[in-house]
Amino acid sequence: MKRNSTRHEPHDGFVGLSRRQFLGGMGAALTLAVSLKSGIANAASLASEAAADAFAPNAFIRIDEAGKVTVVSSYLEMGQGTFTGLATLAAEELDVPMRDVSVVGSPADLRYANPILEAVFGRPVQGTGGSTAMAGAWNQMREAAATARQMLVNAAARRWQVEPASLSVTDGVVVHEASGQRIAYRDLLADAAELPVPENVQLKSPDDFRLIGAEQGTPRVDVPAKTNGSAIFTQDKKLPGMLVAVIAHPPKLWGKVQSVDSSQAEAIPGVVAVVEVPGDDKIQGGVAVLAHNTWVARQGRGALKITWDDSQALTVGSEAILSAFRDLAEQPGIVAEARGTLLDDAPEGGTVIEAVYEQPYLAHSAMEPMNCLVDLQGDRCDIYNGEQWHTGDQSAAAEILGFETEQVSIHQLYAGGSFGRRANARSDYVREAVTLARTARDQGIEAPIKLVWMREDDMRATQYRPLTVQKSRMVLDDAGKLLSWHWRIVGQSFMEMPEGAVDDSLVEGAKEMDYDVPNLRVEQHNPTTFPVPVVWLRSVGHTHTAFVGETQIDEAARATGQDPYQFRRSMLGNNPRALAVLDLVAEKSNWDTPLPEGENGERRHRGMALRTSFGTVVAHVAEVTLHTDGSYVVDRVVTAIDCGVAINPDVIRAQMEGGFGFGLSFLRQGIVFEAGSVVQSNFNDYPVMRMNATPQFDVHIVPSSNAPSGVGEPGVPPAAPAVANALAAMTGHAYHSLPLGGSVATS
Amino acid sequence: MITFTVNGSSHAFDGDPNMPLLWYLRDEADLTGTKFGCGIAMCGACTVHIDGRPVRSCLTPVASVDGRSVETIETAENHPIGKLVQQAWVEGQVPQCGYCQSGQIMSAVALLKTKPSPTDDDIDAAMSGNICRCATYPRIRAAIHSAAEKLAYEA
Ligand code: FES
Ligand code: FES
Repeated sequence: MKRNSTRHEPHDGFVGLSRRQFLGGMGAALTLAVSLKSGIANAASLASEAAADAFAPNAFIRIDEAGKVTVVSSYLEMGQGTFTGLATLAAEELDVPMRDVSVVGSPADLRYANPILEAVFGRPVQGTGGSTAMAGAWNQMREAAATARQMLVNAAARRWQVEPASLSVTDGVVVHEASGQRIAYRDLLADAAELPVPENVQLKSPDDFRLIGAEQGTPRVDVPAKTNGSAIFTQDKKLPGMLVAVIAHPPKLWGKVQSVDSSQAEAIPGVVAVVEVPGDDKIQGGVAVLAHNTWVARQGRGALKITWDDSQALTVGSEAILSAFRDLAEQPGIVAEARGTLLDDAPEGGTVIEAVYEQPYLAHSAMEPMNCLVDLQGDRCDIYNGEQWHTGDQSAAAEILGFETEQVSIHQLYAGGSFGRRANARSDYVREAVTLARTARDQGIEAPIKLVWMREDDMRATQYRPLTVQKSRMVLDDAGKLLSWHWRIVGQSFMEMPEGAVDDSLVEGAKEMDYDVPNLRVEQHNPTTFPVPVVWLRSVGHTHTAFVGETQIDEAARATGQDPYQFRRSMLGNNPRALAVLDLVAEKSNWDTPLPEGENGERRHRGMALRTSFGTVVAHVAEVTLHTDGSYVVDRVVTAIDCGVAINPDVIRAQMEGGFGFGLSFLRQGIVFEAGSVVQSNFNDYPVMRMNATPQFDVHIVPSSNAPSGVGEPGVPPAAPAVANALAAMTGHAYHSLPLGGSVATS
Repeated sequence: MITFTVNGSSHAFDGDPNMPLLWYLRDEADLTGTKFGCGIAMCGACTVHIDGRPVRSCLTPVASVDGRSVETIETAENHPIGKLVQQAWVEGQVPQCGYCQSGQIMSAVALLKTKPSPTDDDIDAAMSGNICRCATYPRIRAAIHSAAEKLAYEA
């Protein structure tokens, strides 16, 4: 697709505001400091002494003397286009062009709490996740920008002694049509700063949207810096005198250091110190080697001789966990959803479909292995991180250091992917980095320390998408109508749960499913027997429930001679949004016309899957070629999505492409434990989708005026089941366990 | 003493000759555009050019570049093909998290140097060593084709 090639000035775009600047800018609501100094409000000057230059009517909008707008993002940009979405909302309501808007990451502060996560957790938290950024910012950011605009317009009205309503704004210039007078925002900042903040501002009507929903004019704000190497990730951040730490984690999860002989490591030129990082119930800990250079630190780690105490370590492997979970899958669990009365047997002429499904632990494997830079100086601590869990990590750091949260500043940097990994209730890698900094300080090391995980740490000492065993049983009548669905999900819960409580995330997509099923029972077991640390992965519980639900529906359709599309349609009578998405994907994929066969008569088939997650409905149709040797490839994907108002259509398409690609990897990958250790270590044995497996995409967005919902996650859940359904249609086998591997039995 | 050029400037290094070039570039030369992703030549995030050819700098001992010319993402814009590729990346809105993209661009530039109008198979062959966990692959493919078209037009 062609895009407007307007280039933003490349900048690293990501310098956070310090706490002092933050309070300076926000503390006294409207005693706004508008400096007489000139200066471009880019990220760099904001981070410097010039912060007070801005006209800052609220926490989110600043305008500098040159009329450049800075949007303060309470959310992390980890690839999903969040910064661009925020800039679009702000530019829309401010009536300025996108090129005049830059975005900086906010510090950790509860005034930047995520309104949607706050509702979920019942307490304010600042964090990014659950595809909430655009949904949360939709009103918040637009109101913040509209307020700023109104104050600037009021300032012009006062200057010209006219009614504010008689003024319009184009590209940051206020215009009085009748008299022909014009004045730029930059010349109104001082006046506006003295005006009261309007209580209720009028938001634009969708008919007047200029940027929201536009195909042109809203290029991603972070793209230029991400094409020339200038974007700064934590991995790239340096502070004067900084040391790099590479850590030896216990080979068996939760093992502890018994003793360490660091003499050989310390003998390596450039190794500065060896620091033991005590593990606890939240972090693995281990022994870190500090050097000025990552390679030296890594060499030092390799030279450590550590004796591990495995008395508290995980000793079992995935097989034992699966076996225990299989047993649980046969036993009644905690009821998450129950309606109607389950049928034990099929009525005359009916059908029962029953299967047990197994899915492995997964590692998020963001492209940037986890890392965190901690600068501990006296009574303050500065943390530089691709920060996804701002206030949680801030509190964790404060607790470790015996500080008040105000003594901990978090500087948000670009994250080289996350997929849920960095939003961690245990704050694990941040906790490890801060614990390391504290211990090093106690050893007399006064330097900022950047903890850098190697890829192997990121795969072996990390936190995983939970392994699940699910048992699912459908009863259909003689006409193929789904009468009863009994679905039991066994897996570790995503968060610590009181005994007997339902973890809604573990059963999401099953509990509130898209389809109308008269008799439904969803149960869960969330055993705590095996202490493998688990955390949400892009689309959370949907990663494991979508595969089961959407492939079993196809299995039922095949068993009862129904078309999978029509079968789904028949159960969506009460779900017009999902039905519209399904119909759209069927139409655009020519569902009713068989695919032509491939070269040399290779079989080709479509598979479909549908899933509503995080308020967004997505359906994929995958066109799959099955080679004669059993290997398969996805040639093309047609996607339909309803995410409410499409703020940035191209960002939405990109997230559907990326979400599908991420979900496609589920067919190939799995983290396996053996005797307490992870077998996989790196991309050589943990396959991820590559260019040669990439399909073509055709994404269709349902026009909508509903409030927007997220797009970062919802492309993932229906990906793997759509492909599995296409394969099953060709081979006649139903696939119940992942990973499938690169090939399947062809008959 | 190991001497070589990086992006046209002379460099000399007398530390551990086995240190991979990646860490020299990132930690010693402050050229952080080249990224660490796997350390075992499985992801391509660390791709740079040595004497014009793409290599994975994470497994390239710094000693092996003695007397040679290293080029990184930071100088891509100084070459006609690099500049075209970067423009195509912006026009195609390729990056998501962006972490892999330096390596992707360096691999793409190397491909276009040897094959100015690559087929999809050529792209698969040249680019499949570069992982993108955000799966921006379809846009990378489109951007390479688009840069190739402009290259043909300008030639
Ligand atoms: S870091 Fe060199 S190929 Fe991955
Ligand atoms: S853009 Fe995120 S890994 Fe490629």
